[in-house]
Amino acid sequence: MSSYEEIAANSALEWPYPVRYGEEEEVSADVLVLGGGIAGSHAAVSAAKKGAKVVVVEKGALIRSGSGGAGVDHWINACTNPCSKVTPEEMTEIIVGGGGFGGGYAFGHTTYIECKEGWDGLLDVEKMGVKIRDTEDEFAGAEFRDEETKLMFAWDYENNFTVRLWGADIKVALYKELKRLGVDIYDRVMATSLLTEDGQPGKRVIGATGVSTRTGEFYIFKAKATILSAAHPSRLWVFSTELQGGAADHSDPNSSGDGHAMAWKAGAEFALMERSIPSAGGFRYPAYGTGNAHNTFHPCTIVDSNGKEIPWVDRDGKVIKTFSERGFPSPGQRLCGHSFGLPSYDVLGPGLIPDLAERIYKGEYVLPFYADFPSIPEHERRAIWGLMVGQEGKTRIIYNTYSKAGFDPDKDMLQVNVLPPEAAGQHSPWWSWYDKAGCPPQWREVGFWNSGGPVVDWDLRTNLEGLYAAGNQLAGGGLHGGAATTGRYAGRKAAAYAGTAGETAIDRKQVEAEKSRVYAPVNCDGDIGWKELYGGITRIMQDYCGEYKGEQTLKMGLRWLNSIRESEAARTCARNPHELWRTLECFSRITAGEIIMHASLARKASCPALGFKRLDYPEIDPPEWNKFVTIRLENGEAKVGELPFNYWLLPPYAPTYEENYKLHAEL
Amino acid sequence: MEKKAYLVPNPVTPCKAIIIETKLCKGCNMCAEVCRSDVMVPNPEKGKPPIVLYPDECWFCGCCIYHCPVPGAIRMEHALNQRIGWKRKETGEYFRVGMKNPPPPNTRPLVS
Repeated sequence: MSSYEEIAANSALEWPYPVRYGEEEEVSADVLVLGGGIAGSHAAVSAAKKGAKVVVVEKGALIRSGSGGAGVDHWINACTNPCSKVTPEEMTEIIVGGGGFGGGYAFGHTTYIECKEGWDGLLDVEKMGVKIRDTEDEFAGAEFRDEETKLMFAWDYENNFTVRLWGADIKVALYKELKRLGVDIYDRVMATSLLTEDGQPGKRVIGATGVSTRTGEFYIFKAKATILSAAHPSRLWVFSTELQGGAADHSDPNSSGDGHAMAWKAGAEFALMERSIPSAGGFRYPAYGTGNAHNTFHPCTIVDSNGKEIPWVDRDGKVIKTFSERGFPSPGQRLCGHSFGLPSYDVLGPGLIPDLAERIYKGEYVLPFYADFPSIPEHERRAIWGLMVGQEGKTRIIYNTYSKAGFDPDKDMLQVNVLPPEAAGQHSPWWSWYDKAGCPPQWREVGFWNSGGPVVDWDLRTNLEGLYAAGNQLAGGGLHGGAATTGRYAGRKAAAYAGTAGETAIDRKQVEAEKSRVYAPVNCDGDIGWKELYGGITRIMQDYCGEYKGEQTLKMGLRWLNSIRESEAARTCARNPHELWRTLECFSRITAGEIIMHASLARKASCPALGFKRLDYPEIDPPEWNKFVTIRLENGEAKVGELPFNYWLLPPYAPTYEENYKLHAEL
Repeated sequence: MEKKAYLVPNPVTPCKAIIIETKLCKGCNMCAEVCRSDVMVPNPEKGKPPIVLYPDECWFCGCCIYHCPVPGAIRMEHALNQRIGWKRKETGEYFRVGMKNPPPPNTRPLVS
């Protein structure tokens, strides 16, 4: 024995769960939900309420899984809430028109559903026991609170379309509701492939396969309708457990693109996969754990090292004199969204001075900065530190840890982590990833929201019969509100389809082929661990699919990914079901990377809204490329297609959002 | 000074992440049951504290702490490279997570 590995393996304790590689369990459902996060949970609730027999497959534990499992503070775009002054139609037009989040290339139908059903989703969770209003009157008199409904709002206190909620334990409430409704939850099972009619891609989806992350047992799920809600491939360009720490990346680490890989291989059509944004890799500081003026910390006062306050300005760059004005649209502005991504002038909200970087260089403002909690109004201070930090994902632990260490926002100013002036000067979450100046150029991620995925129609159905999608999984997915609403909508649609769909028969050959693929890491006597494989995949994404793309490098990237699949991936060894799980996720990432590269090859123009730069096609947004580029796998080749902007309002659909919603919503 | 040394690989990174107080832990495994990353596995000896097997996969969500029925039986610690500080406005004193001789804890609870 010449390595510690061998010594450890020789004297290791046995795996504490029964080992069941190769053993099979068959499960039947009307509606099968793959991915038990916010979207999947709402989908399962909604399908169960329609009378369907629902099975949820979740590779973590549904009670806390997914990005929403760690909590949520804002339910965005709930436009039909009683205090809202913006209609779903208007908000959808704004977002699709290039404003709001994402800076363009949004999908109108999924956005409309988010805006239309957000309030309904909030009422659903309120009935499940989630607190969505200030019932204890702790914030009575606060500018962001409506005295009658006791609802509290964020960012735009005039138009009130983003609700503050007590969402830290929202998944627990959803879990309890699912149990109450008799939904079968298969926790610790990773879905690995979609099963199709005759075992052929492009045909009706009739179920899925899965493997237990604890026992390695194989699952065959037979279903009339399947909802894919496995989020998107996060952390595809960077991986390091040396730096991981609090991992400021918002997305649950289990978001490995499994849904993308499964759908691609089954023949689903994808859009927006060429979109990506710069990424700090989530390695900076725990999310919301350092001083900030953005999002959850909006609109906190920031001071420099000498206590000098950094001015806030409206969208016209005019200095805002009062604290209160930071929560309202600028003069003449219809509404202000939040400054995520590339907000247009129409919706740009108040922020710190835009030339802050320059002024840091000149010495006018001295680093480090601090979030000056003691100076801001009490309600705002308590709302930021105590409610938002507390309810938002992964922040209860921040509040408790920092409190234990003596932090008191009534007296203390939380330090902003030091960044180079370019990054420090941006009105952005300083602990993390939007800092374009602070991110190595090859480090990217698929995009916090509105990232690529399977294209869906007004039924939230993909091009494959029987396959629906919801949440961050689908092309143009939103945040918490987007996930909850598309989830509950897809649940209704899938249940309706299952009610009329014919019986199905599993193709045994398809199952055998998948079992072979899934257990290969267990059967091999290779010498590579999943972490090395993961790191290798990210290096290929960095080099061949980084900030600047080109045909030669993209094609080389595809060659490399395929080469990895046949070489190192085939030599990756899983010594227990947990390592098998992590290895299979790497296999998903290889496929996800391929989809991205194919999509990148297909768009032969550069596009800032998609974070897409081609050295060989540097022309920015030539009119013939103002469209969605679609791709799907057909006979082993990537077939390119397209969809016009506004396809959701063109034939075969009705010309207005309202009409389409009436026709399709299945209420 | 005890003259003992051990043939062990480098400490895991970025840090231990999850620390279980074995004297308080009842071995109910709730932490293991809710963890999205399956960081903890049950102890082969039933009733004993779970084993923190994959601290390198921890996402620091804190859910294990939230579901533990025994206060103090489990705690989470951010790695050193994730610790920040704050300045007391009136005095200019600087404190930070993890310092020696920390100030007294702030006992104000979260907004419920």
